Amino acid sequence: MPQEVSLREAYGKTLVELGKANPDIVVLDADLSRSTMTRFFAREFPNRFFDCGIAEQNMVVIAAGLAASGKIPFASTFAVFVPGRCFDQIRMSIAYSQLNVKLVTTHGGISVGEDGASHHSVEDLSLIGSLPGFTVIVPADAIETAQAVKVVAATNGPFYIRLCRPKLPLVYNEDYRFNLGKAVTMRQGMDATVIAIGIMVSAALEAADNLRRHGIDCRVLNMPTLKPIDEAAIIKAASETGAIVTAEDHLEHGGLGSIIAQVVARHHPVPMEFVAIKDTYAKSGKATELLQKYGLTAKDIEQAVHRVIKKK
Amino acid sequence: MSLSEWGNSSKTTSADNTRAEVFSSLSVKEMEAIAKRLRRHIITMTGKAGSGHPGGSLSAVEIVTALYFMVLRHKPSDPQWADRDRFILSKGHAAPLLYATLAECGYFPVDELATLRQLDSRLQGHTDRVVTPGVEMSAGALGQGLSFAIGVALAGRLNSQNYRVYVLLGDGECDEGQIWEAAMAAAHFKLDNLVAIVDNNGQQIDGWNRDVMSLDPFSDKWQAFGWHVIEVNGHELTRLIEAFDQAKLVKGKPTVIIAHTIKGKGVSFMENNPDFHGKVPNAEEVEIALKELE
Ligand SMILES: Cc1ncc(C[n+]2csc(CCOP(=O)(O)OP(=O)(O)O)c2C)c(N)n1
Repeated sequence: MPQEVSLREAYGKTLVELGKANPDIVVLDADLSRSTMTRFFAREFPNRFFDCGIAEQNMVVIAAGLAASGKIPFASTFAVFVPGRCFDQIRMSIAYSQLNVKLVTTHGGISVGEDGASHHSVEDLSLIGSLPGFTVIVPADAIETAQAVKVVAATNGPFYIRLCRPKLPLVYNEDYRFNLGKAVTMRQGMDATVIAIGIMVSAALEAADNLRRHGIDCRVLNMPTLKPIDEAAIIKAASETGAIVTAEDHLEHGGLGSIIAQVVARHHPVPMEFVAIKDTYAKSGKATELLQKYGLTAKDIEQAVHRVIKKK
Repeated sequence: MSLSEWGNSSKTTSADNTRAEVFSSLSVKEMEAIAKRLRRHIITMTGKAGSGHPGGSLSAVEIVTALYFMVLRHKPSDPQWADRDRFILSKGHAAPLLYATLAECGYFPVDELATLRQLDSRLQGHTDRVVTPGVEMSAGALGQGLSFAIGVALAGRLNSQNYRVYVLLGDGECDEGQIWEAAMAAAHFKLDNLVAIVDNNGQQIDGWNRDVMSLDPFSDKWQAFGWHVIEVNGHELTRLIEAFDQAKLVKGKPTVIIAHTIKGKGVSFMENNPDFHGKVPNAEEVEIALKELE
């Protein structure tokens, strides 16, 4: 088993690194700095850290004002509160305003576990992805998180990065370089393609290994940039493998699957299957139990691949 | 209490006499003439556009005149000048007032006012910071400007820049919870480079504030949130300028200027008439209004 590492910790430590190199980096949080790990930055640079209290709407618009004045603000809290609780604020004061605000949320998806549905962010990608001008990133491990955060800091414009609560197995080694807007081929294959994000990438790799034992040669793409999506990689996968399965810890509606289905329908229609949460809210439970109950495991991906290949 | 009874709550001392670079030499009489011109622009441009918000534009004319033609340090020839004082219009529906002011200052040609709300115009129905020179914030969804101003004020402090940040709120806008989140935060961050002005015309869309959603005791609320409060007649330029001067002396906390105003001020049939919040005068009414504003 590869080593499991916290994405949140990678985020917090990368912020400190960025803060040392660039005095314009500022960080905001809404009373969750212990969980989002922005606390690392707060300790190092107390003058450039603003705890806004439990007031997310205020926080994201303060971030907009800082960005309008030349700062590079990173604002963090749980994914269920940003964008959900302050959608209108993000829409007008960041997206429409074209401001250089970085929203980095943690605790995305049902892998949050025991806190239950009030804390399961299963709509955030749909919400934030609907906003013109936003770039949306979902890293698959701690190495990709650190890489992506650095690229985002150096790239002008509104960004959303979604991290998850659990530690994840490393799917990359240290010399991996995050390439904004590009899919990463994790496994070659010609029978079908699994396109996954975040916590589902390692599950997709496990599924591909199991399928290989059954003689199915599955391509696996990690799609860390959800928007703008890498259309070329999707079209290539559709035309070369003739079937696509998507996998995400998010509602089926409006997330990775929806975005890819649109590209596939427009450019190269092929059968698709969607591994995602089906129009429902989950319950309390251990992350692994929930992923199992709501159909987000390597096994679910394997079954989806079998189904999609039958439709070819 | 009648409007004229609202004086400043304390005496003015002028600590910092840095005035707007370009306009600082204007007399009050000249500023009053400008205020009248702004009112004429508001009537003409909304009349021509056929839609827009004249009432809440007219009520804030003196507030914005005092700021742009006396208080703010700004350079119309260089809207992005790093050390400019910032004016943030939170009640974005008063865009006609801001556009008229920016045009009169020279940010863009006065002729352009006639393009308000037209396709491909730089003058959008509500403010858009991306397209209009001199506009600091995109607004229209109420309740966000005070938070935005906090961000701008924090940046100024971090950079050791001494610009000041002024943000104009509507009184109805203060129904929004985010205003009070921001009020708490501005005091917590001790932002004495931040001044909020409330255009306290007593009205919102569905009627009087007191009938829709009571704000009272309004000034006590701000005080309780940790702000220095000044109440003033919002149509008297001299009083407003004194209030802005007084705010400069307040240290360690933000200042709010509650400006008592009349919605639709300056046009008899628009004053205190909620119909003219989001309705514009027809051709005939434009003519009458312009005559009143001669
Ligand atoms: C969040 C939000 N809700 C509703 C509106 C619609 N709206 C536009 S102006 C207005 C009334 C504003 O009243 P006030 O702040 O007192 O402004 P003024 O009377 O000075 O024009 C409303 C409800 C809006 N623009 N934004």
